Amino acid sequence: MAERERRMSPPFGGVFLARSEVLSESDMTRALRRIAHEIIEANHGLDDVVLVGLQTGGIWLAEAVASHLAEIEGVQPPVGTIDVALYRDDIGLRPVMPEAVTHIPVDLTNKVVVLVDDVLFTGRTIRAALDAVTDFGRPRAVQLAVMIDRGHRELPIRPDFVGKNLPTKRSEAVDVHRGGVDIGEVQK
Amino acid sequence: MTNHLLSIEELGADGIREVLQLSHTFVEVSARAIPRVPALRGKTLAWLFYEDSTRTRLSFETAAKRLSADTMNFSVGSSSVNKGESLRDTVETISAMGVDCIVVRHGSSGVPWRIREWTDASVINAGDGWHQHPTQALLDCFTIEQRLGPLDGRHVAIVGDIKHSRVARSNVEAFTALGADVTLVGPRTLLPPSLDGWPCKVSHDLDAVVPSADVVYLLRMQNERMNEALVPSMREYSMGYGMTMERVGALADHALVMHPGPMNRGVEIAPEVADLDRAVMVDQVRNGVAVRMAVLYLLLGSGVELPVEGV
Repeated sequence: MAERERRMSPPFGGVFLARSEVLSESDMTRALRRIAHEIIEANHGLDDVVLVGLQTGGIWLAEAVASHLAEIEGVQPPVGTIDVALYRDDIGLRPVMPEAVTHIPVDLTNKVVVLVDDVLFTGRTIRAALDAVTDFGRPRAVQLAVMIDRGHRELPIRPDFVGKNLPTKRSEAVDVHRGGVDIGEVQK
Repeated sequence: MTNHLLSIEELGADGIREVLQLSHTFVEVSARAIPRVPALRGKTLAWLFYEDSTRTRLSFETAAKRLSADTMNFSVGSSSVNKGESLRDTVETISAMGVDCIVVRHGSSGVPWRIREWTDASVINAGDGWHQHPTQALLDCFTIEQRLGPLDGRHVAIVGDIKHSRVARSNVEAFTALGADVTLVGPRTLLPPSLDGWPCKVSHDLDAVVPSADVVYLLRMQNERMNEALVPSMREYSMGYGMTMERVGALADHALVMHPGPMNRGVEIAPEVADLDRAVMVDQVRNGVAVRMAVLYLLLGSGVELPVEGV
Protein backbone atom coordinates (compact mmCIF):
# COMPACT_ATOMS: atom_id res chain seq x y z
CA MET A 1 0.00 0.00 0.00
CA ALA A 2 1.18 3.45 -0.87
CA GLU A 3 2.98 5.36 1.84
CA ARG A 4 0.71 8.37 1.62
CA GLU A 5 -2.44 6.25 1.86
CA ARG A 6 -0.91 4.51 4.85
CA ARG A 7 -0.40 7.82 6.60
CA MET A 8 -3.81 9.21 5.81
CA SER A 9 -6.30 6.43 6.16
CA PRO A 10 -7.56 3.92 8.72
CA PRO A 11 -6.57 1.32 9.65
CA PHE A 12 -3.15 2.69 8.78
CA GLY A 13 -3.66 6.32 9.75
CA GLY A 14 -1.38 6.54 12.69
CA VAL A 15 1.94 5.28 13.96
CA PHE A 16 2.91 1.63 13.55
CA LEU A 17 4.08 0.08 16.81
CA ALA A 18 5.93 -3.21 16.31
CA ARG A 19 5.11 -5.92 18.86
CA SER A 20 7.26 -8.73 17.55
CA GLU A 21 9.48 -9.68 14.68
CA VAL A 22 8.02 -12.26 12.30
CA LEU A 23 10.94 -12.56 9.88
CA SER A 24 14.49 -11.35 10.30
CA GLU A 25 16.45 -9.84 7.44
CA SER A 26 18.18 -13.15 6.69
CA ASP A 27 14.85 -15.06 6.96
CA MET A 28 13.47 -12.71 4.34
CA THR A 29 16.47 -13.15 2.04
CA ARG A 30 16.00 -16.93 2.21
CA ALA A 31 12.27 -16.54 1.48
CA LEU A 32 12.99 -14.32 -1.54
CA ARG A 33 15.51 -16.86 -2.83
CA ARG A 34 12.97 -19.67 -2.45
CA ILE A 35 10.31 -17.60 -4.23
CA ALA A 36 12.79 -17.01 -7.08
CA HIS A 37 13.35 -20.78 -7.38
CA GLU A 38 9.59 -21.41 -7.32
CA ILE A 39 8.98 -18.86 -10.09
CA ILE A 40 11.60 -20.58 -12.28
CA GLU A 41 10.16 -24.02 -11.49
CA ALA A 42 6.54 -23.04 -12.14
CA ASN A 43 7.41 -21.40 -15.47
CA HIS A 44 10.05 -23.93 -16.63
CA GLY A 45 12.60 -21.13 -16.80
CA LEU A 46 12.19 -17.42 -17.25
CA ASP A 47 11.02 -17.18 -20.88
CA ASP A 48 8.40 -14.41 -21.17
CA VAL A 49 8.43 -13.76 -17.40
CA VAL A 50 7.98 -10.09 -16.40
CA LEU A 51 8.03 -8.96 -12.76
CA VAL A 52 5.73 -6.09 -11.81
CA GLY A 53 6.10 -4.53 -8.37
CA LEU A 54 3.12 -2.79 -6.77
CA GLN A 55 3.65 0.75 -5.42
CA THR A 56 5.11 1.20 -2.97
CA GLY A 57 5.89 -1.89 -0.88
CA GLY A 58 6.25 -4.27 -3.83
CA ILE A 59 8.83 -2.26 -5.76
CA TRP A 60 11.98 -3.19 -3.90
CA LEU A 61 10.73 -6.76 -3.39
CA ALA A 62 10.32 -7.15 -7.17
CA GLU A 63 13.87 -5.89 -7.65
CA ALA A 64 15.16 -8.25 -4.95
CA VAL A 65 13.40 -11.25 -6.56
CA ALA A 66 14.77 -10.19 -9.96
CA SER A 67 18.35 -10.14 -8.74
CA HIS A 68 17.91 -13.63 -7.20
CA LEU A 69 16.49 -14.81 -10.53
CA ALA A 70 19.49 -13.34 -12.34
CA GLU A 71 21.86 -15.09 -9.95
CA ILE A 72 20.15 -18.46 -10.41
CA GLU A 73 19.39 -18.40 -14.15
CA GLY A 74 21.97 -15.96 -15.46
CA VAL A 75 19.35 -13.70 -17.03
CA GLN A 76 17.27 -11.02 -15.38
CA PRO A 77 13.63 -10.70 -16.44
CA PRO A 78 12.21 -7.21 -17.15
CA VAL A 79 10.96 -5.44 -14.00
CA GLY A 80 8.13 -2.91 -14.06
CA THR A 81 6.28 -0.92 -11.44
CA ILE A 82 2.57 -0.24 -11.25
CA ASP A 83 0.50 2.17 -9.18
CA VAL A 84 -3.03 0.82 -8.85
CA ALA A 85 -4.58 3.85 -7.10
CA LEU A 86 -6.65 4.91 -10.13
CA TYR A 87 -8.14 1.39 -10.35
CA ARG A 88 -9.13 1.01 -6.69
CA ASP A 89 -12.74 0.28 -5.72
CA ASP A 90 -12.68 2.58 -2.68
CA ILE A 91 -12.08 5.89 -4.51
CA GLY A 92 -14.48 8.31 -2.87
CA LEU A 93 -14.68 6.27 0.32
CA ARG A 94 -11.29 7.30 1.65
CA PRO A 95 -8.33 9.34 0.39
CA VAL A 96 -6.68 7.62 -2.58
CA MET A 97 -3.68 9.26 -4.25
CA PRO A 98 -1.34 7.79 -6.85
CA GLU A 99 2.14 7.60 -5.39
CA ALA A 100 4.43 7.31 -8.37
CA VAL A 101 4.39 7.09 -12.13
CA THR A 102 3.65 3.60 -13.47
CA HIS A 103 6.44 2.12 -15.57
CA ILE A 104 5.82 -0.99 -17.65
CA PRO A 105 8.90 -1.50 -19.87
CA VAL A 106 7.41 -4.06 -22.28
CA ASP A 107 4.09 -4.92 -23.94
CA LEU A 108 2.53 -7.48 -21.59
CA THR A 109 0.68 -9.37 -24.33
CA ASN A 110 1.59 -13.09 -24.18
CA LYS A 111 3.93 -12.51 -21.24
CA VAL A 112 3.77 -14.21 -17.86
CA VAL A 113 3.29 -11.36 -15.42
CA VAL A 114 4.37 -11.98 -11.82
CA LEU A 115 2.82 -9.32 -9.59
CA VAL A 116 4.92 -8.68 -6.49
CA ASP A 117 3.60 -7.07 -3.30
CA ASP A 118 4.58 -6.97 0.34
CA VAL A 119 1.37 -7.98 2.15
CA LEU A 120 -1.70 -9.80 0.81
CA PHE A 121 -4.72 -8.88 2.94
CA THR A 122 -8.24 -8.27 1.54
CA GLY A 123 -7.17 -8.87 -2.07
CA ARG A 124 -8.63 -5.55 -3.24
CA THR A 125 -5.27 -4.08 -4.24
CA ILE A 126 -4.57 -7.17 -6.35
CA ARG A 127 -8.03 -6.88 -7.94
CA ALA A 128 -7.13 -3.33 -8.95
CA ALA A 129 -3.72 -4.49 -10.18
CA LEU A 130 -5.33 -7.14 -12.41
CA ASP A 131 -7.43 -4.42 -14.06
CA ALA A 132 -4.40 -2.15 -14.43
CA VAL A 133 -2.24 -4.89 -15.99
CA THR A 134 -4.94 -5.61 -18.57
CA ASP A 135 -4.57 -2.04 -19.87
CA PHE A 136 -0.99 -2.89 -20.92
CA GLY A 137 -1.87 -5.94 -23.00
CA ARG A 138 -3.25 -9.45 -22.59
CA PRO A 139 -0.78 -11.53 -20.57
CA ARG A 140 -0.64 -15.29 -21.12
CA ALA A 141 -0.86 -15.66 -17.34
CA VAL A 142 -0.72 -13.52 -14.23
CA GLN A 143 0.84 -14.89 -11.07
CA LEU A 144 1.12 -13.37 -7.62
CA ALA A 145 4.11 -13.31 -5.28
CA VAL A 146 3.80 -11.80 -1.77
CA MET A 147 6.11 -11.71 1.21
CA ILE A 148 3.27 -12.09 3.73
CA ASP A 149 -0.20 -13.62 3.32
CA ARG A 150 -2.11 -12.43 6.37
CA GLY A 151 -5.56 -13.81 5.43
CA HIS A 152 -8.92 -12.00 5.68
CA ARG A 153 -9.57 -12.16 1.93
CA GLU A 154 -12.67 -10.31 0.66
CA LEU A 155 -12.25 -11.43 -2.96
CA PRO A 156 -11.49 -14.80 -4.60
CA ILE A 157 -7.77 -14.12 -4.95
CA ARG A 158 -4.91 -16.38 -3.89
CA PRO A 159 -1.13 -16.03 -4.12
CA ASP A 160 1.10 -18.36 -6.15
CA PHE A 161 4.30 -17.64 -4.22
CA VAL A 162 4.33 -16.77 -0.51
CA GLY A 163 7.18 -15.75 1.79
CA LYS A 164 5.23 -16.59 4.92
CA ASN A 165 1.62 -17.36 5.82
CA LEU A 166 0.88 -15.29 8.90
CA PRO A 167 -2.43 -15.65 10.76
CA THR A 168 -3.45 -12.20 12.00
CA LYS A 169 -6.32 -10.37 13.62
CA ARG A 170 -7.95 -7.69 11.49
CA SER A 171 -6.93 -5.12 14.07
CA GLU A 172 -3.27 -5.99 13.72
CA ALA A 173 -0.89 -4.45 11.21
CA VAL A 174 2.03 -6.00 9.35
CA ASP A 175 5.07 -4.01 8.29
CA VAL A 176 7.46 -5.37 5.66
CA HIS A 177 10.71 -3.46 5.40
CA ARG A 178 14.25 -4.18 4.26
CA GLY A 179 15.28 -5.22 7.76
CA GLY A 180 12.54 -7.86 8.08
CA VAL A 181 8.85 -8.24 8.88
CA ASP A 182 7.16 -7.01 12.06
CA ILE A 183 3.66 -7.48 13.41
CA GLY A 184 2.08 -4.94 15.70
CA GLU A 185 -0.65 -2.37 16.07
CA VAL A 186 -1.35 1.04 14.66
CA GLN A 187 -1.56 3.71 17.32
CA LYS A 188 -4.16 6.26 16.22
CA MET B 1 -16.23 18.95 1.83
CA THR B 2 -16.39 20.10 -1.79
CA ASN B 3 -13.26 21.10 -3.63
CA HIS B 4 -13.10 23.87 -6.20
CA LEU B 5 -10.48 25.34 -8.49
CA LEU B 6 -11.30 28.99 -9.00
CA SER B 7 -7.99 30.84 -8.92
CA ILE B 8 -4.29 30.20 -8.56
CA GLU B 9 -4.31 32.37 -5.44
CA GLU B 10 -6.84 30.10 -3.72
CA LEU B 11 -4.99 26.98 -4.80
CA GLY B 12 -1.74 28.27 -3.30
CA ALA B 13 1.84 27.13 -3.82
CA ASP B 14 1.28 23.76 -2.12
CA GLY B 15 -1.81 23.13 -4.20
CA ILE B 16 0.06 23.99 -7.41
CA ARG B 17 2.83 21.55 -6.50
CA GLU B 18 0.26 18.86 -5.67
CA VAL B 19 -1.32 19.25 -9.12
CA LEU B 20 2.05 19.29 -10.91
CA GLN B 21 3.27 16.18 -9.09
CA LEU B 22 0.09 14.28 -9.87
CA SER B 23 0.22 15.39 -13.52
CA HIS B 24 3.23 13.12 -14.14
CA THR B 25 0.98 10.13 -13.42
CA PHE B 26 -1.49 11.29 -16.06
CA VAL B 27 1.21 12.01 -18.64
CA GLU B 28 2.04 8.30 -18.35
CA VAL B 29 -1.64 7.30 -18.57
CA SER B 30 -2.06 9.49 -21.67
CA ALA B 31 0.91 7.80 -23.36
CA ARG B 32 -0.60 4.29 -23.05
CA ALA B 33 -2.10 2.34 -25.93
CA ILE B 34 -5.38 2.50 -24.01
CA PRO B 35 -5.21 5.93 -22.37
CA ARG B 36 -8.06 5.45 -19.95
CA VAL B 37 -8.37 4.66 -16.25
CA PRO B 38 -11.59 3.97 -14.30
CA ALA B 39 -10.83 6.50 -11.56
CA LEU B 40 -13.89 8.77 -12.02
CA ARG B 41 -16.45 6.17 -13.08
CA GLY B 42 -19.95 7.34 -12.21
CA LYS B 43 -18.99 11.02 -11.93
CA THR B 44 -20.75 13.51 -14.18
CA LEU B 45 -19.22 16.78 -15.36
CA ALA B 46 -21.07 19.63 -17.02
CA TRP B 47 -19.50 22.20 -19.32
CA LEU B 48 -21.01 25.64 -18.90
CA PHE B 49 -19.27 27.78 -21.50
CA TYR B 50 -20.66 31.28 -21.99
CA GLU B 51 -17.68 32.19 -24.19
CA ASP B 52 -16.25 30.51 -27.25
CA SER B 53 -13.58 27.98 -26.54
CA THR B 54 -12.32 25.13 -28.62
CA ARG B 55 -9.09 24.00 -27.07
CA THR B 56 -9.95 24.41 -23.42
CA ARG B 57 -13.29 22.63 -23.77
CA LEU B 58 -11.80 19.83 -25.88
CA SER B 59 -8.94 19.48 -23.43
CA PHE B 60 -11.33 19.16 -20.46
CA GLU B 61 -13.51 16.78 -22.47
CA THR B 62 -10.54 14.55 -23.29
CA ALA B 63 -9.34 14.66 -19.68
CA ALA B 64 -12.79 13.64 -18.40
CA LYS B 65 -13.09 10.77 -20.88
CA ARG B 66 -9.64 9.42 -20.00
CA LEU B 67 -10.81 9.29 -16.37
CA SER B 68 -14.04 7.47 -17.40
CA ALA B 69 -16.28 10.33 -16.24
CA ASP B 70 -19.53 11.20 -18.01
CA THR B 71 -19.90 14.64 -19.52
CA MET B 72 -22.84 16.93 -20.24
CA ASN B 73 -22.64 19.76 -22.70
CA PHE B 74 -24.93 22.61 -21.80
CA SER B 75 -25.11 24.88 -24.81
CA VAL B 76 -25.59 28.36 -23.56
CA GLY B 77 -27.47 30.87 -25.65
CA SER B 78 -25.72 34.18 -25.79
CA SER B 79 -28.98 35.82 -24.74
CA SER B 80 -28.62 34.63 -21.16
CA VAL B 81 -25.13 36.05 -20.75
CA ASN B 82 -24.73 38.46 -17.86
CA LYS B 83 -28.31 38.05 -16.61
CA GLY B 84 -27.69 37.07 -13.02
CA GLU B 85 -31.05 35.42 -12.55
CA SER B 86 -30.91 33.21 -15.59
CA LEU B 87 -27.35 32.17 -14.84
CA ARG B 88 -28.51 31.06 -11.42
CA ASP B 89 -31.45 29.17 -12.91
CA THR B 90 -29.12 27.44 -15.33
CA VAL B 91 -26.76 26.39 -12.56
CA GLU B 92 -29.60 25.15 -10.37
CA THR B 93 -31.07 23.18 -13.26
CA ILE B 94 -27.77 21.52 -14.01
CA SER B 95 -27.20 20.80 -10.33
CA ALA B 96 -30.63 19.22 -10.03
CA MET B 97 -29.62 16.74 -12.70
CA GLY B 98 -26.97 15.50 -10.31
CA VAL B 99 -23.65 16.68 -11.65
CA ASP B 100 -20.48 16.37 -9.60
CA CYS B 101 -18.56 19.17 -11.27
CA ILE B 102 -19.34 22.30 -13.27
CA VAL B 103 -16.60 23.64 -15.52
CA VAL B 104 -17.43 27.24 -16.29
CA ARG B 105 -16.17 29.88 -18.69
CA HIS B 106 -17.79 33.28 -18.57
CA GLY B 107 -17.07 36.76 -19.90
CA SER B 108 -17.50 38.37 -16.50
CA SER B 109 -14.93 38.20 -13.75
CA GLY B 110 -16.04 36.47 -10.57
CA VAL B 111 -18.85 34.36 -12.02
CA PRO B 112 -17.36 31.03 -10.81
CA TRP B 113 -17.44 32.32 -7.23
CA ARG B 114 -21.16 33.10 -7.55
CA ILE B 115 -21.82 29.69 -9.05
CA ARG B 116 -20.08 28.05 -6.11
CA GLU B 117 -22.76 29.55 -3.84
CA TRP B 118 -25.56 28.03 -5.90
CA THR B 119 -24.44 24.43 -6.20
CA ASP B 120 -23.09 21.49 -4.23
CA ALA B 121 -20.96 20.46 -7.20
CA SER B 122 -17.27 21.22 -7.52
CA VAL B 123 -16.67 24.30 -9.64
CA ILE B 124 -13.72 24.73 -11.98
CA ASN B 125 -12.93 28.11 -13.47
CA ALA B 126 -12.06 27.67 -17.15
CA GLY B 127 -11.69 31.42 -17.63
CA ASP B 128 -13.66 34.33 -16.19
CA GLY B 129 -13.41 37.67 -17.99
CA TRP B 130 -9.97 39.25 -17.67
CA HIS B 131 -9.55 37.65 -14.28
CA GLN B 132 -8.29 34.05 -14.04
CA HIS B 133 -7.61 30.93 -16.09
CA PRO B 134 -6.01 28.63 -13.52
CA THR B 135 -5.71 25.41 -15.53
CA GLN B 136 -3.79 27.30 -18.24
CA ALA B 137 -1.33 28.53 -15.62
CA LEU B 138 -0.92 25.01 -14.22
CA LEU B 139 -0.21 23.45 -17.60
CA ASP B 140 2.27 26.24 -18.37
CA CYS B 141 4.11 25.63 -15.08
CA PHE B 142 4.18 21.91 -15.84
CA THR B 143 5.51 22.45 -19.37
CA ILE B 144 8.28 24.77 -18.18
CA GLU B 145 9.37 22.43 -15.38
CA GLN B 146 9.29 19.46 -17.77
CA ARG B 147 11.79 21.24 -20.05
CA LEU B 148 13.84 23.34 -17.63
CA GLY B 149 13.44 21.81 -14.19
CA PRO B 150 12.14 23.79 -11.18
CA LEU B 151 10.76 27.27 -11.86
CA ASP B 152 12.47 28.57 -8.75
CA GLY B 153 14.91 31.32 -9.76
CA ARG B 154 13.89 31.29 -13.43
CA HIS B 155 13.06 34.47 -15.31
CA VAL B 156 9.81 34.53 -17.28
CA ALA B 157 8.87 37.40 -19.60
CA ILE B 158 5.14 37.68 -20.33
CA VAL B 159 4.73 39.73 -23.48
CA GLY B 160 1.78 41.50 -25.07
CA ASP B 161 -1.76 42.34 -24.11
CA ILE B 162 -1.47 41.99 -20.33
CA LYS B 163 -4.42 44.24 -19.64
CA HIS B 164 -7.11 42.03 -21.15
CA SER B 165 -5.47 38.73 -20.32
CA ARG B 166 -6.72 36.31 -17.69
CA VAL B 167 -3.85 34.06 -18.71
CA ALA B 168 -1.37 36.75 -17.66
CA ARG B 169 -3.02 37.19 -14.26
CA SER B 170 -3.10 33.48 -13.45
CA ASN B 171 0.38 32.87 -14.81
CA VAL B 172 2.00 35.71 -12.87
CA GLU B 173 0.53 34.28 -9.67
CA ALA B 174 1.55 30.72 -10.47
CA PHE B 175 5.08 31.48 -11.70
CA THR B 176 5.87 33.71 -8.73
CA ALA B 177 4.31 31.24 -6.27
CA LEU B 178 6.87 28.70 -7.54
CA GLY B 179 9.72 31.18 -7.10
CA ALA B 180 10.19 32.55 -10.62
CA ASP B 181 10.87 36.21 -11.43
CA VAL B 182 8.34 37.63 -13.86
CA THR B 183 8.67 40.66 -16.13
CA LEU B 184 5.62 41.98 -17.94
CA VAL B 185 6.48 43.44 -21.32
CA GLY B 186 4.18 45.53 -23.48
CA PRO B 187 3.24 49.03 -24.58
CA ARG B 188 1.66 51.21 -21.88
CA THR B 189 -1.74 50.93 -23.53
CA LEU B 190 -1.77 47.15 -23.08
CA LEU B 191 -0.69 47.12 -19.44
CA PRO B 192 -3.20 47.44 -16.60
CA PRO B 193 -3.56 51.04 -15.31
CA SER B 194 -2.15 50.00 -11.95
CA LEU B 195 0.25 47.20 -11.20
CA ASP B 196 0.11 47.68 -7.43
CA GLY B 197 0.30 44.31 -5.79
CA TRP B 198 1.51 42.50 -8.91
CA PRO B 199 4.64 40.68 -7.76
CA CYS B 200 6.59 41.43 -10.96
CA LYS B 201 8.63 43.94 -12.90
CA VAL B 202 7.45 45.88 -15.94
CA SER B 203 9.28 46.78 -19.12
CA HIS B 204 8.35 48.44 -22.39
CA ASP B 205 11.45 47.19 -24.17
CA LEU B 206 11.35 43.55 -25.25
CA ASP B 207 14.91 43.61 -26.60
CA ALA B 208 16.24 44.55 -23.17
CA VAL B 209 14.42 41.62 -21.52
CA VAL B 210 15.02 38.80 -24.01
CA PRO B 211 18.71 38.02 -23.18
CA SER B 212 17.99 37.27 -19.51
CA ALA B 213 14.75 35.35 -20.08
CA ASP B 214 14.46 31.60 -19.53
CA VAL B 215 10.95 31.71 -20.95
CA VAL B 216 9.32 34.22 -23.29
CA TYR B 217 5.57 33.83 -22.91
CA LEU B 218 3.66 35.51 -25.73
CA LEU B 219 0.03 36.49 -25.36
CA ARG B 220 -2.44 36.60 -28.19
CA MET B 221 -2.78 40.02 -29.78
CA GLN B 222 -6.52 40.35 -30.11
CA ASN B 223 -7.68 41.95 -33.34
CA GLU B 224 -10.71 43.41 -31.62
CA ARG B 225 -8.35 45.58 -29.55
CA MET B 226 -7.32 47.33 -32.73
CA ASN B 227 -10.65 49.11 -32.80
CA GLU B 228 -9.85 50.61 -29.45
CA ALA B 229 -6.68 52.05 -31.00
CA LEU B 230 -4.50 50.62 -28.26
CA VAL B 231 -1.74 49.91 -30.74
CA PRO B 232 -1.05 51.96 -33.88
CA SER B 233 -1.01 48.95 -36.20
CA MET B 234 -0.37 45.22 -36.08
CA ARG B 235 2.83 45.81 -38.06
CA GLU B 236 4.11 48.27 -35.53
CA TYR B 237 3.16 46.00 -32.64
CA SER B 238 4.97 43.15 -34.31
CA MET B 239 8.14 45.22 -34.70
CA GLY B 240 8.13 46.27 -31.05
CA TYR B 241 6.77 43.18 -29.31
CA GLY B 242 6.66 40.29 -31.79
CA MET B 243 8.97 37.30 -31.35
CA THR B 244 11.10 37.44 -34.49
CA MET B 245 14.03 35.22 -35.53
CA GLU B 246 16.27 38.19 -34.71
CA ARG B 247 15.05 38.24 -31.13
CA VAL B 248 15.33 34.44 -30.91
CA GLY B 249 19.03 34.96 -31.71
CA ALA B 250 19.38 36.99 -28.51
CA LEU B 251 17.80 34.23 -26.36
CA ALA B 252 19.82 31.90 -24.18
CA ASP B 253 20.27 28.44 -25.75
CA HIS B 254 17.90 26.73 -23.32
CA ALA B 255 15.21 29.46 -23.35
CA LEU B 256 11.66 28.51 -24.33
CA VAL B 257 9.02 30.33 -26.35
CA MET B 258 5.43 29.75 -25.21
CA HIS B 259 1.98 30.80 -26.32
CA PRO B 260 -1.44 29.85 -24.90
CA GLY B 261 -3.01 29.75 -28.38
CA PRO B 262 -4.58 30.47 -30.71
CA MET B 263 -1.51 32.06 -32.31
CA ASN B 264 -1.49 34.92 -34.78
CA ARG B 265 1.53 33.92 -36.83
CA GLY B 266 3.22 37.03 -38.10
CA VAL B 267 1.85 39.24 -35.31
CA GLU B 268 3.05 38.24 -31.84
CA ILE B 269 5.15 35.38 -33.20
CA ALA B 270 6.97 35.02 -36.51
CA PRO B 271 5.88 31.91 -38.46
CA GLU B 272 9.35 30.35 -38.43
CA VAL B 273 9.74 30.94 -34.67
CA ALA B 274 6.57 28.99 -33.97
CA ASP B 275 8.13 25.93 -35.62
CA LEU B 276 11.36 25.91 -33.60
CA ASP B 277 12.05 23.12 -31.11
CA ARG B 278 12.20 25.68 -28.30
CA ALA B 279 8.63 26.81 -29.13
CA VAL B 280 6.71 24.38 -26.94
CA MET B 281 3.10 25.09 -27.92
CA VAL B 282 2.43 21.45 -28.80
CA ASP B 283 3.78 20.37 -25.40
CA GLN B 284 1.47 22.91 -23.77
CA VAL B 285 -1.57 21.40 -25.47
CA ARG B 286 -0.49 17.81 -24.77
CA ASN B 287 0.31 18.54 -21.13
CA GLY B 288 -2.97 20.44 -20.82
CA VAL B 289 -4.90 17.18 -20.94
CA ALA B 290 -2.72 15.52 -18.28
CA VAL B 291 -2.82 18.55 -15.98
CA ARG B 292 -6.62 18.79 -16.30
CA MET B 293 -6.86 15.07 -15.51
CA ALA B 294 -4.84 15.76 -12.36
CA VAL B 295 -7.15 18.65 -11.43
CA LEU B 296 -10.30 16.59 -12.03
CA TYR B 297 -8.94 13.62 -10.08
CA LEU B 298 -7.82 15.80 -7.17
CA LEU B 299 -11.19 17.55 -6.95
CA LEU B 300 -13.50 14.61 -7.59
CA GLY B 301 -11.66 11.39 -6.79
CA SER B 302 -8.75 11.71 -4.44
CA GLY B 303 -10.67 12.63 -1.32
CA VAL B 304 -7.75 14.89 -0.52
CA GLU B 305 -8.59 18.35 0.69
CA LEU B 306 -6.75 20.81 -1.50
CA PRO B 307 -4.49 23.17 0.41
CA VAL B 308 -6.15 26.54 0.34
CA GLU B 309 -4.24 29.73 0.95
CA GLY B 310 -5.09 33.39 0.87
CA VAL B 311 -8.86 33.08 1.20
